[in-house]
Amino acid sequence: MTVEQQFRYLYKPAVFAASLVPAALLVCGALGWFGQDLGADPVAKLLHSCGKTGLNFLLLTLLVTPLRRLTGWNNLVRLRRMLGLFAFFYIVAHFSVYLVLDRQLDMHSIVQDIAKRPYITIGFAALLLMVPLAITSTNRMMRRLGRRWQKLHRLIYLIVILGVWHYWWQVKKDIRQPALYVGMVAVLLGIRLAYYLRSRARQARSVTSKSAPATAQERT
Amino acid sequence: MRRHQPNRILPSEITPEATYLNRRDLLAGAVASGILSATALPALPVVAAEAPAGHFNFTRNAKYSVSLEPTSYKDITHYNNFYEFGTGKEDPAANAGTLRPRPWSVAVEGECETKGTFGFDDLIKGLPLEERVYRFRCVEAWSMVVPWLGFQLSGLIQKLKPTSKAKYVQFVTLMDPKQMPGEATDVLNWPYVEGLRMDEAMNPLTLMAIGLYGRALPNQDGAPLRLVVPWKYGFKGIKSIVKIAFVENQPRNTWNIAAPNEYGFYANVNPHVDHPRWSQATERPIGKGLFAKNQPTLMFNGYENEVGYLYKGMDLRRNF
Repeated sequence: MTVEQQFRYLYKPAVFAASLVPAALLVCGALGWFGQDLGADPVAKLLHSCGKTGLNFLLLTLLVTPLRRLTGWNNLVRLRRMLGLFAFFYIVAHFSVYLVLDRQLDMHSIVQDIAKRPYITIGFAALLLMVPLAITSTNRMMRRLGRRWQKLHRLIYLIVILGVWHYWWQVKKDIRQPALYVGMVAVLLGIRLAYYLRSRARQARSVTSKSAPATAQERT
Repeated sequence: MRRHQPNRILPSEITPEATYLNRRDLLAGAVASGILSATALPALPVVAAEAPAGHFNFTRNAKYSVSLEPTSYKDITHYNNFYEFGTGKEDPAANAGTLRPRPWSVAVEGECETKGTFGFDDLIKGLPLEERVYRFRCVEAWSMVVPWLGFQLSGLIQKLKPTSKAKYVQFVTLMDPKQMPGEATDVLNWPYVEGLRMDEAMNPLTLMAIGLYGRALPNQDGAPLRLVVPWKYGFKGIKSIVKIAFVENQPRNTWNIAAPNEYGFYANVNPHVDHPRWSQATERPIGKGLFAKNQPTLMFNGYENEVGYLYKGMDLRRNF
């Protein structure tokens, strides 16, 4: 099997199935299947589980590049789009639960929430920012956008920051869990900053070493 | 600004008394047969001197009960905010086994004539026990209906004879990280403290609960003695009380210390004054499933006729 085929017939289906497990557990909980249940406040359970799973997938998406560099296994990038789209899927589910089950489509209170409650404003902004990324996730769009595609998809950094911020702000008092997420995001973004700074320093060095002989020539 | 809202009760929400009593029998049977062992106590000599938990003589106070179907025993005992046992809703049910609700004593201090430390039974001796079905509204915008078993706080206060200097009552929860593992964390300022204005404490609705569904309070619901103030948000209902103090100045309360811009001293249920981070206009009834309709939150949680007079002329937006 070629690498192409391995991904197509093994890894991708496996990751796809695994990514659906959280959703399947929640569906079983809602229907009371296999002894699962959603507890005394099923709406809150659904809402929080979808949101957190979405956040987890955002982090997994951000983990791909550092892992690639660490292991040298560049093919990992072939799984990244799927992880990102699952992040979008769970966050859309989170927002839908909020709209339909929590606010029960009471437009007045939804608009008030988004306008007046900063943590909801932030979460909503993060969701909106994900829409163009999901739309431009096809091969065709990647080709069409060329280098601009990568620039656009750097929005993920902002999205994950907004997402964790949204989580932090809605917790009543015990911030240990959101603090853990802040830590993980700091590490994932910090690695990128370190790579960026290192590559810039390397560039600067190569520029000076190239220009050095030139000045030497000028002197002669 | 306080708008009168009639209590809207759908006919479908009213449980026939027979069904409700029947359910109580079932529960009692479950306890007797050991299915529900939350109240089972080791037969220590000290314990034997006190009233056997779970055998209370009480009357049902219909006047102060709402005719709504009570939330299930399972949900009332497995969906709790009791940070002394963890911050998750299911943590208290899982972790409260370390609490020893008997023997129990309560210290009475401050501006009153009857001071000292009293055993649980001495403290409640002579106070008529009643069952009252109250609405329960959490500040997090969910609600329950709880059949409490307890006595009017006013009766206890009369027994303790506060002086004219007593303007407020302060309550303190047990401080013992061995029994309450959450107290080893710094999530809140321990021990939990709460307070009421004297006229609030004397209002006939204010209850000291020692049980629910006709049985002794399970640990996770605040055994053996907790406050119930049905027109205020649930966090005012301090649990596992070990100290009652009569004081002259308004005492601090734990959630107010933790986040003064979000939780006030009064904490009256008020659909018109939102929490800074969420609306208080509606509430989600617990135990009604995924598609339960949100209910409009009532002024003073539906007890406006009974307690509205306490706050005449007060700016409830400022005194939230």
